[in-house]
Amino acid sequence: MKTRGAVVGVNGNVITVRFEGPIMQNEVAHVLLERGRLKAEVVRVQGDRADLQVFEDTKGLRQSDPVEFTGELLSVQLGPGLLGQVYDGLQNPLKAISDVHGFFLPRGTAFPALDPERKWEFTPMLNAGDRVRAGSPVGFVSEGVFRHSIFVPFDFSGRGRVLKTSPSGLYTLNQPVCTVENGEGHSQEVALGFRWPIKRPVTCYREKLPVRTPLLTRIRLIDTLFPVARGGTFAIPGPFGAGKTVLQQITSRNALIDIVIIAACGERAGEVVETIREFPKLKDPFTGRFLMERTIIICNTSSMPVAAREASVYTAVTLGEYYRQMGLHVLLLADSTSRWAQAMRERSSRMEEIPGEEAFPAYLESVIAAFYERAGEVRLAQGGTGSLTIGGSVSPAGGSFDEPVTQATLKVVGAFHGLSRDRSEARKYPAIDPLESWTRYPGFIDLSFREAVLRVLRHGHEIEQMMKVVGEEGTPLEDYVIFLKAELLDRVYLQQNAFDAVDAATSEERQRHVFCLLHMILGSVFVFADKDEARQCFDRLRLLFLDYNGAEWQSLEFQEMETRIVERVLEAVQPSDSDMAESFREILRDHDVESSFHRSRFALTGTSVAASGPREEMHVQDLQQGQPDRG
Amino acid sequence: MFKTYSRVNRIAGNVIVVSAPGAAYGELAHVSTDAGFSLANVIRIDGDQAYLQVFRGSSGISTEARVRFLGRELTVSCSENVIGRVFDGTGRPRDGGPALEEALVPVGGPPVNPVKRVIPSRMIRTGIPMIDMFNSLVESQKISVFTVAGEPSNELIARVALQAEVDAIILGGMGLRYQDYLFFRNAVEAQGALDRTVLFVHTAADPVVEALAVPDVALAVAERFALGGKRVLVLLSDMMNFCDALKEIAIIMEQIPSNRGYPGDLYSQLASRYEKAVDFEGAGSITILSVTTMPGNDLTHPVPDNTGYITEGQYYLYKGRIEPFGSLSRLKQFVNRKTREDHRPLMDAMVQLYAYYQDTLEKKAMGFRLSDWDRKLLRYGRFFEQKLMDLSVDLPLEGALDTGWDILSECFLPEETGLRSSLIQAHWRGDAREAITA
Repeated sequence: MKTRGAVVGVNGNVITVRFEGPIMQNEVAHVLLERGRLKAEVVRVQGDRADLQVFEDTKGLRQSDPVEFTGELLSVQLGPGLLGQVYDGLQNPLKAISDVHGFFLPRGTAFPALDPERKWEFTPMLNAGDRVRAGSPVGFVSEGVFRHSIFVPFDFSGRGRVLKTSPSGLYTLNQPVCTVENGEGHSQEVALGFRWPIKRPVTCYREKLPVRTPLLTRIRLIDTLFPVARGGTFAIPGPFGAGKTVLQQITSRNALIDIVIIAACGERAGEVVETIREFPKLKDPFTGRFLMERTIIICNTSSMPVAAREASVYTAVTLGEYYRQMGLHVLLLADSTSRWAQAMRERSSRMEEIPGEEAFPAYLESVIAAFYERAGEVRLAQGGTGSLTIGGSVSPAGGSFDEPVTQATLKVVGAFHGLSRDRSEARKYPAIDPLESWTRYPGFIDLSFREAVLRVLRHGHEIEQMMKVVGEEGTPLEDYVIFLKAELLDRVYLQQNAFDAVDAATSEERQRHVFCLLHMILGSVFVFADKDEARQCFDRLRLLFLDYNGAEWQSLEFQEMETRIVERVLEAVQPSDSDMAESFREILRDHDVESSFHRSRFALTGTSVAASGPREEMHVQDLQQGQPDRG
Repeated sequence: MFKTYSRVNRIAGNVIVVSAPGAAYGELAHVSTDAGFSLANVIRIDGDQAYLQVFRGSSGISTEARVRFLGRELTVSCSENVIGRVFDGTGRPRDGGPALEEALVPVGGPPVNPVKRVIPSRMIRTGIPMIDMFNSLVESQKISVFTVAGEPSNELIARVALQAEVDAIILGGMGLRYQDYLFFRNAVEAQGALDRTVLFVHTAADPVVEALAVPDVALAVAERFALGGKRVLVLLSDMMNFCDALKEIAIIMEQIPSNRGYPGDLYSQLASRYEKAVDFEGAGSITILSVTTMPGNDLTHPVPDNTGYITEGQYYLYKGRIEPFGSLSRLKQFVNRKTREDHRPLMDAMVQLYAYYQDTLEKKAMGFRLSDWDRKLLRYGRFFEQKLMDLSVDLPLEGALDTGWDILSECFLPEETGLRSSLIQAHWRGDAREAITA
């Protein structure tokens, strides 16, 4: 017997319901209207009254409208067929809705998240008598290129064993393929799909592992200087217009990962449109399959019901955990977590809770922390590992990182890519500020090299600031050269041309290689007669590098441009810096003699930048010697 | 059939509370005042108490006022007959013409399904280089003019609207000065554009709450027109007044303010309006150009801040010019690659150089000796401001690009521009080859 109730108050998307019978916090209920049912969630109970947040427009609701409680927490459907889907925050498939309703999203529509008719080729992996527990794979189906495990539902209690399995063959989503029994003798049927409450983390793994392996985004500034790791978390805060969304879009395309889940939470619909329209046409260069086949989009954009924003990030993270459980590497990009926080604030305000900072509820921090903690690389009970990496963009009010959502996020994430308006207005992409950002993860470039480069940037920035006070003429030539070096690094390495087919995504190999070349240039002692000559030299280098960045990796043009860069550097480099000059000359000789770059000594040096060993010491020294002017 | 109640329990600000069991959330009502009737709508239900915001204000409402519930939400006529007419914020005629009762559509309809949206692809040419060349306006874009008091913002949006090739222009005026209203009307008439224009005007003299309905009413008509195949441009001026009306109601309703008195749902309120901008595949489109006057030129004020996150860019109008810094069209990359191959790189290079020019200005102001490079930049900046930034410049995009190359060639050596050599060879005025190798 379901608990029932009736509406007694409406305040925006929060309604008050008088009920009779048992109800549960966060239980799902429906307001029954003449046309359709509005989904809602219990958010507070007081005596015989409960406050519910409604996931739809509440227009037209009135006193005494009937409400029906479901006895179930807000859940998502798991199972094969999730990949390639575009869902709203409550996992309604938007394409199916558009087939029926056209341009608009009428309220009160609910569609099954997965096609219940579709048949999947199931292959069992277990036999009767095999031991199982929650999250044990009993078999698999093929979903695109992935082997999609079919699990004993995650709420299965204790250890158990298989009673019987069905033979290989075609099964629909809800057809049982296996029967299992737990220690207390309760038997349960396992189907291809099952439901799971979105606010409850999936913990059917053996252990969470330390986060180490770099996750390649092919954005140089990130991979080289502020890397992200598989199973880690990162935040991208930035004022409006600084390029958060572009950065996330490009990451979703270029990241080396199995599955990407995009949670468009409370942002413009236009931002996901490009993804929705182009991913089915774009191919992943690594698997050769369409990007959409590895992507799930959860789309609760800003004009869609506010209450469902919160659900959208939890839906996304639950789907991520589900695929992690199969031993896959999943990247969740949430844009933007601030909108979710604002949705909490709206609800909190309607419930007249005592507000915390900037009217956000007091539980803001703990909720954000718990969300990011669902990321991680895990060792699975069945062997192997899987990972879920979470990258959240933050839209700080007024562009100030001091606001509560940014601060709560920074406390829990492992990398911080702070976008700056100054950089974006100067048309610098990505607009990540290298002087403000940080990471706690190791990358493929050794830390000491990263720090050496950051020192040049910092020093260059200091000199630039100083120049604003004392003027260019009051700046010593040596300082001016450091400023130019920092600018060169920024312009030709940290910035990328997102619209250039080659420059938009840089492979790890190429990053190592070019980083090494730049590292050598930064470490060289240049001799110039005056500042004009220095500026001209660096202007030309910059121009050469831009063409170099646009050339295909290891193409003839690439090598030609590299030769010209090195020649240009050699012209200006101090003759007494003979070691450095010799290394540069060696690059030239290699280019002359053979086109295969891998065999050159330079390429070897390039690799050694990343490996740890005694050579590193030498390089850092080179770099420091290159700046006699410092300190 | 309509229920009438006459027990007003509370009157505070522009909100009244009536004992009205059975009132629906969002329902419209007629409230009697000493000066006739006012529309009101239900903004909260608490037991049998209904809270109504009264569009004409609560002045003159008695505790025994008759409140007649209409059993429907706010609607607006979307027939072709609205064209050429002037209405007030709730859709009643203010031009002396007949009230329209046909093709009534409820305002604030459901959101567009994101999977039905298409990637914007058509540029709207305005003849203003700072828009066409540097931050192109794109069909189905929502973009705001960020400005400060005293700037010619209404003149700017009127010029864009009248030069743009669109099928219908819908003006939603909120808190407009009467003079601005007259300006719009005269501008439309002078250009003979009345046959494609609808005006919903709330002036500064009208009750504040009425401003709240303006965007919804204007956008409901726009949506209907767009579904009928029209390319519609909606002008909303000034969204700051809309937000201030929201703030007023929120405070009367004792909502906890989040930032400078504005309600916590400011973002969602703005988003639900701006997100009406859309390109209906196989039908028409809605483009929204709004004005947001920033108090004290403060970009971090909650209204421009939230607007900036919602809209697809902004034009920063300051001291009579659209500044390249602070202005941004987020959709320009969808159209810039189809214009001319040099469009994007030239624009980037020119803006970057203009940034250096600004640094040099600072330097100059502080009395530092200027290098040759600085002098080049100063010259460049002057040309740039005269030939491209000045609002009186009226050039097609191609003309603006050519002017850009003229300016660069006049002021710099090719390698100083940071442009790729292939472009320089194609467009540089004079012998670029020689200049590079020199």
